[in-house]
Order: sequence, then C-alpha cells, then structure tokens
Amino acid sequence: MPGQDKKRAAFRALADRVRNGPGEADARERARAFGNEGLTPPLAALIGKVATSPVRVTDADFAAAKASGLSDDQLFELVVCAAVGQSARLYDAGLAALAAATAGGEADHAS
Amino acid sequence: MRPDILNRGYRPGTKLLFAMIRLMSGRPLPDAAKLVFYRPDFYGARAKAFTHEAMRGPSAWSVGDRELMAAYVSRVNESAFCVGAHTATASRAYQDRGRVAAVLDDLESAPVEEPLRATLRLLGKLAAEGKLSAGDVTGALAVGVSPRQIEDALAVCAAFSTTGRLADAFGFAVLTPDGFDAGAKYLLKRGYK
Repeated sequence: MPGQDKKRAAFRALADRVRNGPGEADARERARAFGNEGLTPPLAALIGKVATSPVRVTDADFAAAKASGLSDDQLFELVVCAAVGQSARLYDAGLAALAAATAGGEADHAS
Repeated sequence: MRPDILNRGYRPGTKLLFAMIRLMSGRPLPDAAKLVFYRPDFYGARAKAFTHEAMRGPSAWSVGDRELMAAYVSRVNESAFCVGAHTATASRAYQDRGRVAAVLDDLESAPVEEPLRATLRLLGKLAAEGKLSAGDVTGALAVGVSPRQIEDALAVCAAFSTTGRLADAFGFAVLTPDGFDAGAKYLLKRGYK
C-alpha cells in the first residue's frame, strides 16, 4: 500500500524532526515534551495542557514558562513537540486497534 | 499569537510575502498559514507535507469526507479555529452546508452514509478518550469501511490533532465567516502544500 506508507512515513518524518533534529531546546527536554512526562513546573503545566486540554492554555502558562528562563523559540519547539507527541500516541493507538481487529478477522476466516 | 515571536519573528522575505498577500487578498494571512512559515525547517515543511498527504493524497475518502473528519475531530477537541476552517472547507467541497452542520450537531441522526458515520464515531472516540479497542474498529469494518479507509482516517485525525492543539496553544485568531470561506477556497484549490 504505497499511498498509505507515504502518510505514515510523512508523519514519522515530522515526529522525528521535532524530537531529534537540531533545535534551541535541548533534545532531551523536547523528548520529555513529546512524551508529556518527566518535565518540571512551570513547563509541565503548559505542556500537559497542550497534550490533554489545549483549549485551557492561557497567556499566564506561557508567561510562567518564560519566567523560568525559556526563550520564545524554545517554547515554540516544546509546544510543537507536545502536540506532535500526543498525536503520535493517538495515531499509534488507532493503528494498533486496527491491527488487532484485522488480525481477529483473519483468525475468524481461518476457523 | 503567543509566544510573541510567532507574530514578529519571520525572515524579511517572508514578511514581504505576508504584506503582498494582505495587499492582494485584502486580508491578513490566517495564523494557521503563518505558523508554517515560522522556522519551516523545524515544523512547517514536514507538517505541510504530512497534512497534504493525509488530506489530498490518494484515498477512497473524498476531499469533502476528509475535511468533514477534520471538522469533526476539531469539534470534539473544541478547537474553534479548526472547526471554523474545516466546516467552511467541507461545506464548500460538498457544496452542502446542511450536511456538515448536521454531522457537527448530532452525528447519530445526521443524513450521512453509514461507513462515514462509523468512521467519524471512531475518530471522535479516539480524540476524546485517547484510545480505541479492536471492537471499536470491528464495528466500523462491519458496516463496510475498509481497513485502508480506517488508516486514511487515522492520518486525518493525527494531522488535526496536531494542528488543533497548536491553534489553541498558540492562540490562533478566529476568523470571520468570510475569512474562513476565503481560506476554504484556497485549501480546495491548493491544498496544504
């Protein structure tokens, strides 16, 4: 399924770039934002909202993260990582459910 | 947008392009379009490539169907900018505003084909709960959705899970109905490249 591989490959290229490519924010910190785990306050609050309830992000969340010493460019990168990371988990969860459903279907056919 | 660098941190050539677009179209570039010009090597270039592939690449789903999925996922995520943008784009793609409005109002009673309804239900659950079971997928397969169509729909969901999160986190300005309609025309003509 070449068309399908292209969709997944394009997402993987995005995810790999934001997490592992060059950036202003440390790659380990970007990986933590991507995974929404292991961050310390106040950044943890901002990134947690981006991953789970982005409509609740406020100017104050950005101001607090900035006051902790992060630059605008670092915040840009970390927020992007959080959004792409959460999307990666959803994409993977959907593909895993599809794989499980189609594997079950094949087993039914075989029996 | 926030942080402020997303309003002012563009290269001189990009700023000139924004000014020309504003002059020719009579309106500023929407924040969604601006964002992909910010340090495009970090996010924009690959985000555009993936979104275009998901929304306009080969698929058994029509462009209208995929725009409706984008609107529906955004509705579940309560992402106002993306709901506005993709409601306008799906409505224009289908040439049927009522069909899109009905799905966003109440998926279960909306006059759409069962495979599309089942797929939207699946995406809504994934967006809301962050997980899906094999049984959820089996339900969609049972009404005639192909595995490949589910994969294609998951790509749409991933694209708008990303864009919607950034729209809300970075605070994209919500456009007027005319502004969203102008954006819809552009997206149907040029896609997301």
